[in-house]
Amino acid sequence: MTAYLLKRLIIAASTLVLASMVVFAVMEILPGDPARLMLGFNAGADQVEQLRNQMGLNAPLVPRYLHWAGGLLSLDFGRSYTYSVPVIDLVRERVVVSLPLALIALALSTIIAVPVGVFSASRQGRAGDALAMGAAQLGVAVPNFWFALMLIYLFAVWLRLVPAGGFPGWGAGIWPAVKSLLLPAVALALPQAAILARVARSALIEVLNEDYIRTARAKGLPYRAVLWRHALRNAMIPVLTILGLQFAFLLAGTIIIENVFYLPGLGRLVFQAINQRDLIVVESVVMLLVAAVIIVNLLVDFSYAVVDPRLRGRQ
Amino acid sequence: MTMRVDLPEETLAGVLAKAFGNRSFLIGFVITLLVAAVALLSFVWTPYDVTRLVIADKALAPAAAHWFGTDHFGRDILSMIMVGARNSIAVALVAVGIGMGVGVPLGAFAAARGGIADEALMRVNDLVFAFPALLSAIMITAIFGPGAVNAIIAIGIFNIPVFARVARAGALAIWPREFILAARAAGKGMTQISVEHILPNIATLLLVQGTIQFALGILAEAGLSYVGLGAQPPMPSWGRMLFDAQTRMVTAPWMAIFPGMAIVVTVLGLNLLGDGIADILDPKSRRRR
Repeated sequence: MTAYLLKRLIIAASTLVLASMVVFAVMEILPGDPARLMLGFNAGADQVEQLRNQMGLNAPLVPRYLHWAGGLLSLDFGRSYTYSVPVIDLVRERVVVSLPLALIALALSTIIAVPVGVFSASRQGRAGDALAMGAAQLGVAVPNFWFALMLIYLFAVWLRLVPAGGFPGWGAGIWPAVKSLLLPAVALALPQAAILARVARSALIEVLNEDYIRTARAKGLPYRAVLWRHALRNAMIPVLTILGLQFAFLLAGTIIIENVFYLPGLGRLVFQAINQRDLIVVESVVMLLVAAVIIVNLLVDFSYAVVDPRLRGRQ
Repeated sequence: MTMRVDLPEETLAGVLAKAFGNRSFLIGFVITLLVAAVALLSFVWTPYDVTRLVIADKALAPAAAHWFGTDHFGRDILSMIMVGARNSIAVALVAVGIGMGVGVPLGAFAAARGGIADEALMRVNDLVFAFPALLSAIMITAIFGPGAVNAIIAIGIFNIPVFARVARAGALAIWPREFILAARAAGKGMTQISVEHILPNIATLLLVQGTIQFALGILAEAGLSYVGLGAQPPMPSWGRMLFDAQTRMVTAPWMAIFPGMAIVVTVLGLNLLGDGIADILDPKSRRRR
């Protein structure tokens, strides 16, 4: 197993390094001089030049990349051009909105999808299955931001149960904060749950056709026990894979959903930064999200080894 | 998902008969055809002119004169949805084209060569997959500015590793087969075998994936336009219409309801079509779905 984990780790690390090079290169070819942007267009050329030296922009490419990448490792992303504060401070303020949002959505999606998948698989071909999978088919087709608008219309405008947007901050107490994340999380989770339910169902059906399931049934285990304990566990690998992929979608999805609900998260930060040409912020947030995706997928790879004992034995 | 990649040894008539007996395919096919027809119709006729603003008619609720109501500029929502269909289809179609055009040769090449070329391709795939489509779109937009063309590029780039992966997996399953061995013995080169024998055998896989990516492309385009990174006004687009509707949910909810339903119906149709094609060409997959 160590060899398997080590290989995964090396692949993830090299992907991370490559990704950082891509992000750096993209920002490198961007038009516009950050020093000029910070000082405004009335500044003299020598002033700009001085700041460029100060920011290290005149150094050769490779040392500049190493300096930037080294900073990333110690969570030093540099200073925002427009806010004049360290980027990490901006990120820290926002990540406490985006991360809980993505996690609540991920939890919701799993809680909905796995039981639906189990239900459908155990009633394969019957009316309940057809109904659940029809709903899933519909759920896959719904864009999350439109679903969000419909939720706002229903729960905020019509029923007035939850706020239509905004975020009171965690200082206002856990419940008010969670309450304002609820609709966005549901909007994010449902389309993902639809995909996950389909995957869970097909993975389970595949497993249910295996011989050891028949053996388990033959030795007198009740169907429920076989389904939940034996079959589900073996169907976990595809489910986990999709969960890992979905985390990436959820993180990217928060960018859009935060704009629907006016949540002060990373997504809002990125859009403001784009509009203000605050490229170092864009670069940092993109790098952070990419790193999150890579790390989550690595964790998924590791969890295979936990779920599947066959991988544990393999050298 | 593993799929058998044999060409069905059936007549065209047989396949067609099966196709129209498949509910998924039938519904998906009809919906897709309808959406395409509406988009085409919008070139020659729409109920109202979408470029003309009639402020006197602004934010009218759905009624006989305007089936889906009007927006904040008095434009007819139905007409805008019809014209918006063009934009969605065009963006998604070109993005799938980019993905297939670059991804399939890459995947086929990696499968044929194996070794370092294969390993390198898979690593680059991992790299692109680490950038969620929306993120790469944001980066591309940060460089070139927002617009429909940049949305196409962003979605298209994300499609490349998807098709590379499918083509590679499909091709890897074909290469060990006897008829490939025969072709090699006949002196055919790697490229010739890939084009003449591998490609036709993975065409159905690519068709199914293409339908799925088409649907995803329409969703992605709507998302990008919604946050202002896609098609720019006055070009009507479904995502942009939803953006305009957002601040008017209380006074004119129909501005949000109908464009959203257009997206749902279109994507649903394409997904059903994809599922249907997969079912027809591979009866084994029906059990698993």
